[in-house]
Amino acid sequence: MKSLNSLLMSRIGPIITGGVVGLLAALLVHWGNPGNMGICVACFTRDIAGALGLHRAGVVQYIRPEIAGFILGSFISALAYREYVPRSGSSPVIRFFLGMFAMIGALVFLGCPWRAYLRLAGGDWNAIAGIAGLVAGIGIGIVFLWKGFSLGRSYESAKPSGLFMPIAAVALLVLLIMAPTFGPEGSGPIFFSEKGPGAAHAPLMVALAVGLIVGWMAQRSRFCTVGAIRDLIMLRDAHLFNGVLAFIVVAFVANIALGQFHPGFEGQPVAHSNALWNFMGMVVSGLAFTLAGGCPGRQFIMSGEGDGDAAVFVLGMLVGAAFSHNFNLASSPGGTGAFGPSSVIVGFIFCLAVGFMMRERLD
Amino acid sequence: MSESRIVDARGLSCPQPVLETRKVLKDLTGGRVEILVDTVTSRENVARFGRSQKWNVAIDEFEGGYKVILTK
Repeated sequence: MKSLNSLLMSRIGPIITGGVVGLLAALLVHWGNPGNMGICVACFTRDIAGALGLHRAGVVQYIRPEIAGFILGSFISALAYREYVPRSGSSPVIRFFLGMFAMIGALVFLGCPWRAYLRLAGGDWNAIAGIAGLVAGIGIGIVFLWKGFSLGRSYESAKPSGLFMPIAAVALLVLLIMAPTFGPEGSGPIFFSEKGPGAAHAPLMVALAVGLIVGWMAQRSRFCTVGAIRDLIMLRDAHLFNGVLAFIVVAFVANIALGQFHPGFEGQPVAHSNALWNFMGMVVSGLAFTLAGGCPGRQFIMSGEGDGDAAVFVLGMLVGAAFSHNFNLASSPGGTGAFGPSSVIVGFIFCLAVGFMMRERLD
Repeated sequence: MSESRIVDARGLSCPQPVLETRKVLKDLTGGRVEILVDTVTSRENVARFGRSQKWNVAIDEFEGGYKVILTK
């Protein structure tokens, strides 16, 4: 166990994590998750928002146990290695809106950075525009970072304050298993899709186990799908980027082995082929993630370590998902939502404003 | 030996602790720089960056954080 831990914390930690997560993501599709959606932090958060009735898009409602597993795996790992340090206070409200717009952008593309790479590994060439947008968004974020962008410091807070996300994760699992129906006429408040992507899922215990493993490994190795590109460009440090490469390569090989590799642009699962808005959606997402300091997976992992600011970002994502479907912003396989492009422009302006305005002199 | 420079990077999000360190190292050819951080992640990132810039790295733990000591 000790040697596995030192391996995960070493330079090859992200590579091992990326490889294992890539394999598990391909397997999750084999076990029942939607196509090229073995793991999608944005889509899964959106499904949870739907299952809780925060939006009523009937095809995307399910409490994804992977997400609860991310938080709990990270929490257990942080406790085990004395890295559970509750902290908060770094512009939480701005982080909430960054999370919201990151989600809105991701749902215009139809996937977070994790799924963008998985779509590529599954042969969905529409992902190329999304990944190009992601790199562009991160690039804009880097310019702000060079110019001294900062959301300010966080401060250590009382030990119990970091427990709320792990408790929320357990509560989600309870709601998933109990599926209470105390809404009017026996409906809701927990909704599960009967068709569409929300109805496609791996068995609960399998998905939870994968979530716990990913949460643990990502907490130890600091695997981050946005930090990977940021550090490569900014610092010429390929430490995290190698992890993303391993993630894509292993998922690609596993997809071929499992008969899940279907190259092309049209008819890809839970995807549309509008290159412009695939690109622009991910520009906003990439920028928002960079300003907030990490990809959506990393935000969940940090929330499990007790980072209250990351938790607020995650809650912003949850609300952003609800807005996306309630306001007709999210795309569907038929194309972009009616107000998707305008919401992306609003999100872009918001992120630019945050980037220009938020500076902190540290000396 | 010249006096040490201190960088307080506690509470900063990624990648700011490394950027603050980089800013200070850029103007130095040698000496001693102490970077205060409050998470293991920042400690590792700053230490890795220091090593990549050919500085010697030592770590000190204190109440509420770590001190990454770079010397050259």
